[in-house]
Amino acid sequence: MFSAELIGTWVAAGLTLFCFSFLYKDNPFYKFAEHLYVGISAGYWTSLEYHNVFRPNLWDPLMRLDLNLLFTFPGIGFTYMWQSIILIVPFAFGILLFSRLTKNFAWLSRWSMALIIGIFAGIAIIGYGTGDLILQINANLLPLWTGNWLSSLNNILLTLGVLTSLIYFFFSKEHKGALGNGAKIGIWFLMISFGASFGYTVMSRMSLLIGRIYFILGEWLGIIS
Amino acid sequence: MRTFFEKLEKLDRRIIFIFVAVALILPLLVPLNIKFSSTPPVQSFYDTIEGLPPGSKVLLSADYDPGSMPELWPMHLAALRQLCRKNIKIISTQLWATGSPLAERAFNEVAVGEFHKKYGEDFVNLGFKEGREVVMVSMGNSIPQTFPKDYHGNNSTDLPIMKGVKNFSDLAMIVNISGGLPGTKEWILQVVSRYHIKLASGCTAVSAPEFYPYLQSGQLAGLLGGMKGAAEYEQLIGVTGLGKRGMDSQSVAHLVILFFILIGNIAYFSIKGMKKEQK
Repeated sequence: MFSAELIGTWVAAGLTLFCFSFLYKDNPFYKFAEHLYVGISAGYWTSLEYHNVFRPNLWDPLMRLDLNLLFTFPGIGFTYMWQSIILIVPFAFGILLFSRLTKNFAWLSRWSMALIIGIFAGIAIIGYGTGDLILQINANLLPLWTGNWLSSLNNILLTLGVLTSLIYFFFSKEHKGALGNGAKIGIWFLMISFGASFGYTVMSRMSLLIGRIYFILGEWLGIIS
Repeated sequence: MRTFFEKLEKLDRRIIFIFVAVALILPLLVPLNIKFSSTPPVQSFYDTIEGLPPGSKVLLSADYDPGSMPELWPMHLAALRQLCRKNIKIISTQLWATGSPLAERAFNEVAVGEFHKKYGEDFVNLGFKEGREVVMVSMGNSIPQTFPKDYHGNNSTDLPIMKGVKNFSDLAMIVNISGGLPGTKEWILQVVSRYHIKLASGCTAVSAPEFYPYLQSGQLAGLLGGMKGAAEYEQLIGVTGLGKRGMDSQSVAHLVILFFILIGNIAYFSIKGMKKEQK
C-alpha cells in the first residue's frame, strides 16, 4: 500500500532524475526541481529560524514577563524582569537590520552590522592567533636531520615547501636571481597542493554521485540490497 | 590522424558522462571487492576512540546536512558504533540546523536499534544552536547553559548523562563530523587550542586537504577524509556500509577520469606538435 515513506522515495527519485536531466541539456523538468529546491529551502530556513532562534531566545521570555512579580517580590522580580527586558536591546538591533530596505534609514543597519562584525572578528582573531598562527609556525620548525633518512627527507621537503611558497608571495622585490628560483620552486609546491585538492574534490563529487545512484538502485528500484 | 585528435579534443561531454555513469553503476551491481588498507590518519582516529576508558563522555558534533550524507553518514554511523561498543556516553550537538534530524536518525539506528542504549543515560541529543563560533566559546563556559533544553524539549540538567558535565574539561574528547563551515576548522581554532581537548574529525573530501596541517601539528587526533576515509574506518570497525560499498565505484570512476585526462592531454599536445610542424 501507499505509505508516506514510499511516496517520499518516489518524489525523491523523481526529483533526482529531474536534476540529472540537466546533464543532457537544460530543460523544464530541471528548472522545476531547481525552483522547488530554492522555494522549500527558503521556507524551511524561515520556519527553522523562527522556531529555533526567535521564539526560544526572544519571544517566549518576553511573553513570560509577569509585572505582578515585581510588586510581590521586588528584589527577585526586578532581577527576573531585567533578564527579559534586556532582550529588547538585541531585538532592536535585529530590527535595525531591516532598515536596509529603506533608502533614507539604510545607514541605521550599520550599527547592527558593526556589532555582528565586531563580535565575530574578536572571536576569530583569538582563534586564528592561537590555533593557526602560533601553533602552525611551531609545527613547521622541524629538525632537518632526525637520524632516520625518510623522516629527515620529509622534514626537509616540508621546510623547503614552506620557505619557497612564502618566497613566491613576497612581492616587495622583483623575482630575479635566487629569489626568482625560490619562487619558481614555490610555484611547483603550490601546484602540487592544488592538484591534491582537485583530486580530493573529484573524489568528493564522485561520492555524492555514488550516494544518489545507490539511492536510485537500492531504495527506489530495489536492485541492490 | 589530426582529424581524429581534433575530434577527441572536441568530444561531447555527454559521452564522458555516460562512461562515468557506467563506471559508477557496474561495480555497485557486481562488486569487485578491491582491497585497501587503512591510512595513518584513519588509524589514529580509531585508536584515539579505542583508547578512551569505558563510561567516559564524548561530545559528538554532527555539523553537516543531507547534501553531504554519502560521505559523512557512513562515518557518523561507524563512529557511533565504536563509541557504543566501548560503552562511552555520547553527548551530541549540532551547529548546522539540518544536522539535528540526521543525529536523531543515527542514534535511533545505531544506539537504540543495535546496542539498545537508553536516551538520557547513555546518549543525548542536545540539538541545534544558532551562533557558530559563539556557541563553541559559550560551551567552554557552560554546556548546560548553552543548551538548556535537549532536542526533545527536556531540561538538559535533568538528564542523568549531563550530571557532572559543566564544560569541555568534563569531556574525554570531541568527535566532529563536518560538512563545511562551521565545522572542524572552527572546533580547532576556538576549542582545541583554547581548552586543550582532543578532537578527531570526519570531513568531506573537499575539505580534507585543509586539515592535514592540523593533523601534523597534533591539533587533530585523527582524520577521516571523505568516502575513502569512511571506508577505511568501516574496515577497522568490522562493518560494511556505504563507505566500503562505494569504494569499488569510486576506484573505477577515478580510472575512467584518469583515462580521459590522459587522452585529452595526448590530443592537445599532438595537435600542438602537428601545428608546429606545419609552420
